[in-house]
Amino acid sequence: MTASLIGQDYIEIRGLTVDFDGFKAIDGVDLTLMQGRLHFLIGPNGAGKTTLVDALTGLVQGSGEARFRNKNLLGMRAHRIVQLGIGRTFQTATVFEQLTVLQNLDIAAGVHRKGSRLLFARRAVPERVAQTLETIGLQALANRPAGILAHGQKQWLEVGMLLVQDAQVMFLDETVAGMSADEREETGDLLERIVPDRTIVVIEHDMEFMRRYADFVTVMHAGKVLAEGTVAEIQADPQVHEVYLGTAAEVGADE
Amino acid sequence: MTTTTATATTTASSRPKAAQLLGTYGSLVAIALVALVLLVWAPNSLSPFRLGNLGKYCSWAMAAVGIGLAWGRGGMLVMGQGVFFGLGGYTMAMHMKLEAAGPGGIPDFMTLYGDGTMPGWWAPFRSAPFTLFAIIALPAAVSFLLGYAILKRRVKGAYFAILTQALAVAFATLLIATIKQTGGFNGLNTFSTVFGHNLYDPGVKKGLYLVSAALLIVFLVIVWQFNRSRYGELLIATRDAEERVRFLGYDPANVKLVAFVAAAIMASIGGAIFAPIAGIISPSNVDAAASVMMIAGVALGGRSALLGPALGAIAVGFGQSTLSERFPTGWTYFQGGLFIVVIMFLPAGLASLWPKVKSLLPGRMSPQAALVDGENGA
Amino acid sequence: MDALTTPFLTGTATGAILLMAALGLTLTFGQMGVINMANGEFLMAGAYAAYATQQLIGNAGLALVVAIPVSFLVAGLLGLLLEVSIIRWMYQRPLDTLLVTVGVALVLQQLAKDVFGAQGDPVVLPSWLNGNIPVFGYNWPFRQLFTIVLALAALGGLSAVLKYSTFGRRIRATVQYRDLAETLGIPTRSVDRITFFLGSGLAGVGGVAIALISGTNPTLGTTYIIPAFLVVVAGGVGQLKGTVIAAWVVGVVTAFLTDWTSGSMAQVLTFALVVVFLQVRPQGLFTVRTRSLA
Repeated sequence: MTASLIGQDYIEIRGLTVDFDGFKAIDGVDLTLMQGRLHFLIGPNGAGKTTLVDALTGLVQGSGEARFRNKNLLGMRAHRIVQLGIGRTFQTATVFEQLTVLQNLDIAAGVHRKGSRLLFARRAVPERVAQTLETIGLQALANRPAGILAHGQKQWLEVGMLLVQDAQVMFLDETVAGMSADEREETGDLLERIVPDRTIVVIEHDMEFMRRYADFVTVMHAGKVLAEGTVAEIQADPQVHEVYLGTAAEVGADE
Repeated sequence: MTTTTATATTTASSRPKAAQLLGTYGSLVAIALVALVLLVWAPNSLSPFRLGNLGKYCSWAMAAVGIGLAWGRGGMLVMGQGVFFGLGGYTMAMHMKLEAAGPGGIPDFMTLYGDGTMPGWWAPFRSAPFTLFAIIALPAAVSFLLGYAILKRRVKGAYFAILTQALAVAFATLLIATIKQTGGFNGLNTFSTVFGHNLYDPGVKKGLYLVSAALLIVFLVIVWQFNRSRYGELLIATRDAEERVRFLGYDPANVKLVAFVAAAIMASIGGAIFAPIAGIISPSNVDAAASVMMIAGVALGGRSALLGPALGAIAVGFGQSTLSERFPTGWTYFQGGLFIVVIMFLPAGLASLWPKVKSLLPGRMSPQAALVDGENGA
Repeated sequence: MDALTTPFLTGTATGAILLMAALGLTLTFGQMGVINMANGEFLMAGAYAAYATQQLIGNAGLALVVAIPVSFLVAGLLGLLLEVSIIRWMYQRPLDTLLVTVGVALVLQQLAKDVFGAQGDPVVLPSWLNGNIPVFGYNWPFRQLFTIVLALAALGGLSAVLKYSTFGRRIRATVQYRDLAETLGIPTRSVDRITFFLGSGLAGVGGVAIALISGTNPTLGTTYIIPAFLVVVAGGVGQLKGTVIAAWVVGVVTAFLTDWTSGSMAQVLTFALVVVFLQVRPQGLFTVRTRSLA
């Protein structure tokens, strides 16, 4: 990840606050998400990591500002945000279980398709879908219902849906949780391959995975940004140690 | 990950492909069989009376096909399809009343109940082209406005069902209350001609039946195409995980709106052919109870199956006429029991028994069996 | 003055009946996600229980006093029977419970027709309910006031149970955090059953009020079920406060619209108003954040 690869796209978050009936799940967060680097978002349970992503993707209402290509994402409707090129996965992989793997991917490609074309059946596997099937290694299961996939495979399918969407910004919510060591490595390698022309934010509890792949780390705690920097800088930060020491046992789960 | 499964790809994909082909064209063959029975066998074998009844069942089946799309595939429990059935039925009936009254004349019931003047909004229905246009445009406009209002606000599930049923109640109440304009509780009846054809002519009666059956077949083909299209896949995705669809860049409300409007138009056309065949359209054909009857057929046949809703509706229509003739009170118990038993024990309807029947047939393997067979690779 | 007081008072009485019909609906919907379309038939059962009690006892005043608990029990037990025999198998499929209970409603209606005849039966008012009270020049029938008192008593009883009894705390815990309640050892299954019993019983009491106002009728449930559901929709699910306000508003608004237009037009307009209201507040007046809708 050399500096020259870092592109022009970025999301600039200023004063983001999410208020749940008086409880501030996110409290005045300033954060800049740059294109071209694997940005890890870590923090103990309840730190507000998922809520932050929820606010940026239109799932919960937030106040403040989150600029992407001159638009404020806050207050936009979820599907419009996606149409801008911002995609996400969910902690519990959510795929369309009754549809086949191929159909799942094909639907994700629809963001680039004209509405009128929807009334026709798919004649061939679209190029991007075929490529993605190969990338996520699910060709053999292309015509099987997604409901039968193993947990890790569903996570892969979700990543695949983002690839097919060609999302310029990807929020990955604990995607490698529950994956085998090999699968994690493949996921990490895949992310490294695709990150140069994208903005990728990974919420993660797996510190090993973070240390290996993170270009930049933001630590959140109690709805605020606690620390930011490279892996080395974060590891050296005494504040981070303090926050994590008390909660080390719970690091496997999330809020 | 990619290389190890390369060999498996070729073998695994060929079989589901064959199954897929069988599934796709098997459905067309099934539709063709239904067409054969309805368009060739029935007109040559049934008495005019029975044929007329079958024509009515076909008109209900058209509404049912739409319900299958909206509810079975789209997850929207539409409990007020009687309203759209009624919009089409009343539109057609108004035209026929005006035909019977002759040029410049006004429908008989208006002199009977009212002061002998015709409300201005009846006038356009003298025109046959306008009537045909209204049969499609009216339900489309109403369902679009209502659907837009409630689907965009993410009203769904039970809320949606209740609101559609409330619509049916309101519609029927309104009809009953406006006896001078719509014939009230009695509805509209005693027609003489439809588009210039004498309704008492056996040839015209047979023709009406054929139109009804043919329209049903057309709707089945339309829904078949809907289901296999990308839209059909998207609709199922929306039914099963609406929020996820939103995060793929679609507005689920629009996806559902298309199915809701399509279902409304189908019900309306069904109603439009029902009125001349039955010779009457009245609030009892379109109220909440009538709407629930339409659901009963869909549930029985199989809400998300292609042929399930249509065949179920024909079966329920047949059951109603035969059972209610012999055991007037028994029919209500039967209908209530049908809901309880089918929804509890056979939520996917009789259609869900089909694969089991098929797998018992010797000599050939059903697509489902092929799917299960292929599972050892996963 | 009369043009305002008459619809206001009549509408308040209608609202009281709607409230008794809607309380059971909102309880079971809020707690279990079950939509009970047979709740209207529980009103009908309550009305017939009141009628039957009067046939047995003769003295209209005594019969009414006895009829209230009897109707509560009859409708409540019907609800319990429904839960135990059908609903409990279907908690995973809320939309399907709606359809199954439509079937139950059809059966109960036909049963009432076969047992009591298709024509309705009148219920004799006790002499102490037969008068009117003059309110701003309008002679308000005493039975309407009685209906309101009955509804307030039912509401007060229910909120007291919910607030102060152990069972009520269990209900609230189950509504808000079913999984947590289970892990805390609350028997959520029997809580569900009792909620069903209570909600259906309240509908039965509502049936007594209907019997006093308009007599019995095998299909009276169908008249009330949709307005009652509109109350639940507008009031917000699982919320007593919202349900009370919505019932009152729907009752009064319908009465005023009836006065200004006609009974049927009022129904249509009320429906339209609820749809418009949902544009502003899609989840009703008050919402429970923790439970998502079907």
